[in-house]
Amino acid sequence: MALLQIAEPGQSAEPHKHRLAAGIDLGTTNSIVATVRSGVTECLPDEQGRTLLPSVVRYRADGGVDVGHEAAAAAANDPRNTIVSVKRFMGRGLADITHHGSLPYEFVEGEGMVRIRTVQGVKSPVEVSSEILAALARRAEATLGGPLTGVVITVPAYFDDAQRQATKDAARLAGLNVLRLLNEPTAAAVAYGLDNASEGVYAVYDLGGGTFDISILKLSRGIFEVLATNGDSALGGDDFDHRLVEWACESAGVRPGSERDMRVLFDAARAAKEALTDTETASLRATLSSGDDLDVEVSRATFERITADLVRKTLAPVRKALRDADLSPEDVKGVVMVGGATRMPQIQRAVAEFFGRAPLNDLDPDRVVAIGAAIQANVLAGNRAEGDDWLLLDVIPLSLGIETMGGLVERIVPRNSTLPIARAQEFTTFKDGQTAMAIHVVQGERELVADCRSLARFELRGIPPMAAGAARIRVTFQVDADGLLSVSAQELSSGVEASIVVKPSYGLSDDEIAEMLRAGMEHAGEDMLARALREQIVEAERVIEATQHALWVDGGLLSPEERQTIDAAIAELQALCAGTDHRAIKAGIEHLTRATDGFAARRMDQSIRSALAGRNVNEIVP
Amino acid sequence: MSADLQQDFFALFGLPRRFRIEEAALEAAYHDLHARVHPDRHAHLPDADRRRAMQWATRVNEAFRTLKQPLSRARYLVELAGVEAGFENNTAMSPEFLMEQMEWREAVEEAESAADATALEHLHQRLRNHTRELLGQLERQIDAEHAWNDAADTVRRLMFMERLRHQIDDALEALDN
Repeated sequence: MALLQIAEPGQSAEPHKHRLAAGIDLGTTNSIVATVRSGVTECLPDEQGRTLLPSVVRYRADGGVDVGHEAAAAAANDPRNTIVSVKRFMGRGLADITHHGSLPYEFVEGEGMVRIRTVQGVKSPVEVSSEILAALARRAEATLGGPLTGVVITVPAYFDDAQRQATKDAARLAGLNVLRLLNEPTAAAVAYGLDNASEGVYAVYDLGGGTFDISILKLSRGIFEVLATNGDSALGGDDFDHRLVEWACESAGVRPGSERDMRVLFDAARAAKEALTDTETASLRATLSSGDDLDVEVSRATFERITADLVRKTLAPVRKALRDADLSPEDVKGVVMVGGATRMPQIQRAVAEFFGRAPLNDLDPDRVVAIGAAIQANVLAGNRAEGDDWLLLDVIPLSLGIETMGGLVERIVPRNSTLPIARAQEFTTFKDGQTAMAIHVVQGERELVADCRSLARFELRGIPPMAAGAARIRVTFQVDADGLLSVSAQELSSGVEASIVVKPSYGLSDDEIAEMLRAGMEHAGEDMLARALREQIVEAERVIEATQHALWVDGGLLSPEERQTIDAAIAELQALCAGTDHRAIKAGIEHLTRATDGFAARRMDQSIRSALAGRNVNEIVP
Repeated sequence: MSADLQQDFFALFGLPRRFRIEEAALEAAYHDLHARVHPDRHAHLPDADRRRAMQWATRVNEAFRTLKQPLSRARYLVELAGVEAGFENNTAMSPEFLMEQMEWREAVEEAESAADATALEHLHQRLRNHTRELLGQLERQIDAEHAWNDAADTVRRLMFMERLRHQIDDALEALDN
């Protein structure tokens, strides 16, 4: 009989080590990294004490890369190689990018996502974003004094699958383990809700530099349940700057003559916009390359007039989200304001009018998202403290569908479904002996395929040849907690798993990412094999630690033989980690994972049974 | 009580297999289960645990969605009772119901083409009232009479009402834009 392990009350007998984790708000304008240290959540500053890192990346002619303040300072002098607001290009084609004609970049329409030609070659938005993520991760690791176990990266709630995948790919390029992609308004709700012990229905109005989100959440007994979300992933503070630039040029009768002019004008417009939050008038000054001096006064009233339609544009998604949640504005107990752009008085006023109550501005709108992400990262990394039993239930922002005859969309997963979600759909062949078929997955709310966003074409292969209409292929669409889609398929009469080849419409292929990783390492003078080995060892250690933790908690569920098998797999993997063969370590990890499969099932089973046992047995009818 | 992925949704939530349910109990059970199975609770565990967690959380979400909405709950109960209702294909309906359907459709199309928001709102209200009546009928048919064929018929009527409601919602949304 196994001996019971008894811990002192309030003390853990487990040799538990605090795992380093961080939350990253990868913003359009600024990015932030935050972490939880000894129970306190803090945004981490750089050596000069600045927490906001401008989301700007500059590729220098000498081969160096600047990220943040230095890059932003050089933007006017080197606009073509200095990428600002790259978030707007993530998972997007050239045609999707508003005002791309007025941006100072040389766009290259590549396969899938748009690229930018720089002095260091053609860069994808994923590579540019990975530079920002890597800079923040370095800051966190330097401050915390060790490698990060994992990170939570926030994304706009209204980001579609392609934009989410691009964000995850950027993290992979930066060598980061993503614990979760977290929706920005949800992150803010966590920070706000935990801070204020809130209960009831809340709205989060999140207007960032380039994206707008509205989420309606129900907070009850530690559950943060997103009821509905909506937004516009191409609307943000940048658009307000753009209006000011257009207005100023028109009223002064000047035209930007160069890319440098555009950058200078945008910087001046942003400064004027920010000044108008506290003053009634502001001046917009810039010296253009033609030698013309632009110097115009702008009043708050004028600014509000030329941006009134932008403000209105945010209210349509708010109405839609409320309708989807089956609520009216008066059902909302509070509106949490997030994103620097919500500082504009016209936004504050519009939100107050719509909801009939003053919005909540008690948390710093620039930092609240990073704070929420850090709290979530800490918990997901396994540092759940006593009383940390809150949970997030989030939704998919846009419906998923497949293309059917005549270019119509058949909806498979409706928007605002709680994640994770799976839907199975059966298909058949229309030709004798057909062994392959293609499924086109789209995202959006419109009826025509042409009006929705193409996500990917999945090609099913290896269907056993049968008469037309005889094969029954069940295709399962699974959306995970990150909001990312995966597809699997099986022929039902034969049980054959069809293999799937994915062609993402707006993403990078695995080969492209592998190539970028290789090029990046070569550039950094890093050894490919050494990095692969290091990554596998970190992963092996993570799996071993997690398994040992599970054994410590629930080892009693195993027979001595089963226990022996798992212990042996652990020992084997530990031995492999002492070697240098990263492939063997990978195989060892897979072996250990297989060895613990039954154990995992039993653990889950026990947990669910205890949930049911907590209720009155008489209520359970056979 | 075994906890396997195949058990029915009522058993999963520890609720009696009935049409009338206590919403608070359903929600409490849903939250309680998610507190154990949600992927966020297993993010630091081995891959095998994380895969299980995703399967279970997916199942819990499907169960909650099915039981929460009265119409899908009724459909599910009819299916559990083993009635071959053929909800997607069986269009055999009483002439009286077909007449009723035509009248509703005409009223909605008329309001739609006239872009008359007030008329649409009014139809929405009438539809809601009628739906409520039918739900009362369903409760009797399922919980008291166990009259499964009648219940299946009421479910088909409600499915029609729901499609009509979506049509009105879409029309109202189009007027909004």
